[in-house]
Amino acid sequence: MMKSDIHYDVIVLGAGPAGLTAGIYLSRARIRTLIINEGTVGGQMVLTHEIANYPGVETTSGYQLSGIMKKQARSFGCDIVGNASLRELMLEGPVKMVRLSDGREYSASAIILAPGGRPRQLGVPGEETFRGKGISYCATCDGDFFTGKEIIVVGGGNSALEEAVSLTKYASRVTIVHQFDHFQAFEYAIEEARNNPSIRFILSSTIAAFHGNEKLQSVDIKNLLTGELHNMPIDGVFVFIGYVPNTEFLRGKLNLNEYGEILVNANMETGINGVFAAGDAVAKRFRQITTAVGDGTVAALAAAQYVYTFRQQKQAEAVKIN
Amino acid sequence: MLYTNLNHIESAAEHQKVISENENVMICCGRMGPMCIPVYEIMEELEPQYPHVKFYDMEFDNPDARVIREAPECRGFMGLPFTVYYKNGKIVKATSSIQTMDQVKSILNQEFGVPVTA
Ligand SMILES: Cc1cc2nc3c(=O)[nH]c(=O)nc-3n(C[C@H](O)[C@H](O)[C@H](O)COP(=O)(O)OP(=O)(O)OC[C@H]3O[C@@H](n4cnc5c(N)ncnc54)[C@H](O)[C@@H]3O)c2cc1C
Repeated sequence: MMKSDIHYDVIVLGAGPAGLTAGIYLSRARIRTLIINEGTVGGQMVLTHEIANYPGVETTSGYQLSGIMKKQARSFGCDIVGNASLRELMLEGPVKMVRLSDGREYSASAIILAPGGRPRQLGVPGEETFRGKGISYCATCDGDFFTGKEIIVVGGGNSALEEAVSLTKYASRVTIVHQFDHFQAFEYAIEEARNNPSIRFILSSTIAAFHGNEKLQSVDIKNLLTGELHNMPIDGVFVFIGYVPNTEFLRGKLNLNEYGEILVNANMETGINGVFAAGDAVAKRFRQITTAVGDGTVAALAAAQYVYTFRQQKQAEAVKIN
Repeated sequence: MLYTNLNHIESAAEHQKVISENENVMICCGRMGPMCIPVYEIMEELEPQYPHVKFYDMEFDNPDARVIREAPECRGFMGLPFTVYYKNGKIVKATSSIQTMDQVKSILNQEFGVPVTA
């Protein structure tokens, strides 16, 4: 068994809106809380240029909103370790343990898992080589590099169709490549894309490989119905094919569904005593900042209850011994 | 203006001074955008751990940032931020788009040496 450097009441893994909210609620209830985050504090919120649907806050940037949540959590005494790299995690038993790659170890009575998700990649040859050299996952960041150029947008959901429309501000032509013969986006987004004269569609197809020298020059497109491959010269490709939960590190440790999402009950409890989960990594239908914040609140309140009960039991045991 | 806690480079002359007066320099040239902010945060975190490296940012839309935008090592780059690593005034490595902590550390260790911890 690991022996930790520092003991907390609750450790939260992940500092997106779910984890930060849990940190705010727990610390405010004077529960000793540590948030450990791999990557940038704020999570996917930081990837969002403009947030217009967070109640009570007029249009803001994800960077600003996450900065405020972080400040709020810290103001109540929550400790936050950012850009950490997790090496080992022990969820079973009354004392949970976390070990980081740099050797630091922490223990807690309860854990809240809030690792969120990340953009899905195509996973085809050339994707890593040409990332930032023609392949992008952010239209607002990189759109202007493609002014007057021909680009592809991969995907068929709301993000793909909305971003394809916004990219026509820069690109001379946008081709949407989508694996199905229909789109999963809302009707308004499909209409807008279909009515845009700069957008054309290649359906039932996928990108099989990226080619180029210093930068991306062409892609192989595979027709999924016929299996036929054709090469298409192109300046840029934007990929919007959904998100995958960051739960690889939990495989074999607790109940995940077939998509790798964490299974919880209405109190955000997993199947393991003292282990809760919240946010985009949880099995649910809608993934938004508001839903992550709601999950984080419920998980924090349930974890607080668990910690109080745990403390009372320990006190009762101590009294018995004396 | 970049709202980071890094030191900022605001002109071509300042850029020249920084790279000529320091052996190891990392400069992240970007905007306050989703792909850039994580790199600035990583640099802020690494700054105290790498005292032998100077960390700076430079605003991509500053006309003088052409010293980075138009560097031959950044040819073909089409993703923000452009991150450049200088040793004795020469670019030894350049990357385009978001990078992870491990990717940045591995370049720093390889180009400038692993920090000596007391
Ligand atoms: C481009 C974009 C635009 C969006 N726009 C909006 C919008 O306008 N409005 C809205 O409501 N929602 C929007 N969303 C969705 C919203 O950002 C997410 O639903 C929300 O951020 C999920 O919060 P979370 O805390 O569950 O996870 P995340 O925000 O994903 O945060 C999880 C954090 O945990 C970290 N982590 C991962 N693994 C581990 C680990 N093992 N240990 C520790 N930490 C770990 C991650 O690095 C990350 O920092 C958008 C998403 C994207 C990508």
